[in-house]
Amino acid sequence: MKLLVCIKQVPDLESRFKPDAAGVWYNETDLAFRMNEYDEYAVEQAVQLREKLGEGTELTVISIGPDRVVETIKKALAMGCDNAAHIQDPAASGKDPWQIASIIAAYSKDKGFEIIFTGMQSQDRGSAQVGVTIAEQLGFACTTTIVGFDYDNGAITAKRELEGGIKGVVKLKIPALVTCQLGLNTPRYPTLPNIMKAKRKEIVVIPVADILREEALAATVSFHPPAKKGGGIVLEGDVADLVEKVIAILKDKTAVLR
Amino acid sequence: MKTLLIGEYREGKLLESTYELPGFAEKLGAETAMLLVGDESQLPVCNGTLYLADAATCGEYNPDLHKKLILETVQKENPDYIVFLHSSYGWDLAPRIAASLKIAQISEVIGIQDDGSFEVGACNGKMRRNVKPAAGRAVITIQAGAFTAAEPGGTPTVLKVTAESGGALEFIGYEPAEKKEIDLAKAEVIVSAGRGVGKKDNIPVIAALAKALGGELGASRPVVDAEWIAHDHQVGTTGQTVSPKLYVACGISGAIQHLAGMKKSDFIIAINKDKDAPIGEIADVLVVADVMQFVPALTAKIAK
Repeated sequence: MKLLVCIKQVPDLESRFKPDAAGVWYNETDLAFRMNEYDEYAVEQAVQLREKLGEGTELTVISIGPDRVVETIKKALAMGCDNAAHIQDPAASGKDPWQIASIIAAYSKDKGFEIIFTGMQSQDRGSAQVGVTIAEQLGFACTTTIVGFDYDNGAITAKRELEGGIKGVVKLKIPALVTCQLGLNTPRYPTLPNIMKAKRKEIVVIPVADILREEALAATVSFHPPAKKGGGIVLEGDVADLVEKVIAILKDKTAVLR
Repeated sequence: MKTLLIGEYREGKLLESTYELPGFAEKLGAETAMLLVGDESQLPVCNGTLYLADAATCGEYNPDLHKKLILETVQKENPDYIVFLHSSYGWDLAPRIAASLKIAQISEVIGIQDDGSFEVGACNGKMRRNVKPAAGRAVITIQAGAFTAAEPGGTPTVLKVTAESGGALEFIGYEPAEKKEIDLAKAEVIVSAGRGVGKKDNIPVIAALAKALGGELGASRPVVDAEWIAHDHQVGTTGQTVSPKLYVACGISGAIQHLAGMKKSDFIIAINKDKDAPIGEIADVLVVADVMQFVPALTAKIAK
């Protein structure tokens, strides 16, 4: 059985973001990049399934982006993916979700994947579109935002996380795609031997121009910080002073302290 | 301009959030028609055309069938925008419609701009993007709570619709939320821990402040996922929605899902070392400090 997991490299979200020169995305200077958190759960679930199915199962990881994404691909390989595809695209951040999904669908078309895993959304863009759109383009069954996964005999039983903590249980026949929510499993840390082993795993490099045939359906016209609403007080300085100020505010504005 | 609004039922009940869809359409200055897969005895109180499919036969979660219903209604109504809530139902279905029609989807819209673009969040709520569809038409999902719900009123003109089931997905059933040992909704004071507290060993420090203030301990999602605090303490869209007299957010950056669960608190104090953390947008007081330095000092002072 052939499995695919799709991952994105994103900046550390604790960073401070500034618009780039064109004002349509963030300036990458000083940003540290890592695997999109949702995708870590997708990789872990794919690796667990690969381990469960054992011999004859092949798990491929795919990522789109400039050369820096190879670092994140290597992490997925060290977590247990067998091989990788790097769709080389220095301008990936300018592609819309339709184009990103089209690239992955085009790559997957003749590969015979039966289950595809993605994160439910990326932390930087947050569109929550790519996974479902890949499934639509490939004609795969699809469900989203899963927090439980089981595969048996050609069918996936997945638990979807709904609002207010309720879950919805669904069964999908393969070929199928699932988008993974945080908390689905506990993503493993790659061990040193597995990091070494990953260095020998194959990464196929495909220039994006060889594979992308679709125009964007949407364009970002501006990237900017939120408008400051004001009203709130910002307190900075020495901890002891801050404590005094907060105590005074609590006494003044709430009935909590008397 | 015309919108097709796709509302939601859950376990037989019309979701209140459905009224945010006409709220969005009103702001856009657009005509509306609505499509619901629901129950005739639980109709929304509104005017206009309502395409209604029966959830008893069509299922509340049956994406292939719902897709068919929506696409057929799009043919009849020819809307400029097909609008969903950005919810577990909306973000699941919207890309299927956008892909079928090969039109843009704009996700989790929070604002409408004069240039025809839509404002959405980026980078975990720290930044914003304005996005414009290439062609006029688009599928849109709106962020829960971003648009004021329309006042209920009027009577819809109901047109019944149905579609054949099919597809490779079967809905098995709902699983209730885990039983809560504490009811945060009743708490007057909540002190919540976020990822910024650093590690599980630091949680008692936050719990001590909660105790000193006579309140309950809350948590953001990452802290619950990491099993630092049990799920029944989680505040946010997938946890509990709260509105205490005082909410203290310790090391919580303020992801949209968390803010949605606590922004109605009477008074919000946030402690975060990042001055630009999105929690600062809704906090009455943002204390820029290291949680592990500030919180113990505050607790000690209160205890005196």
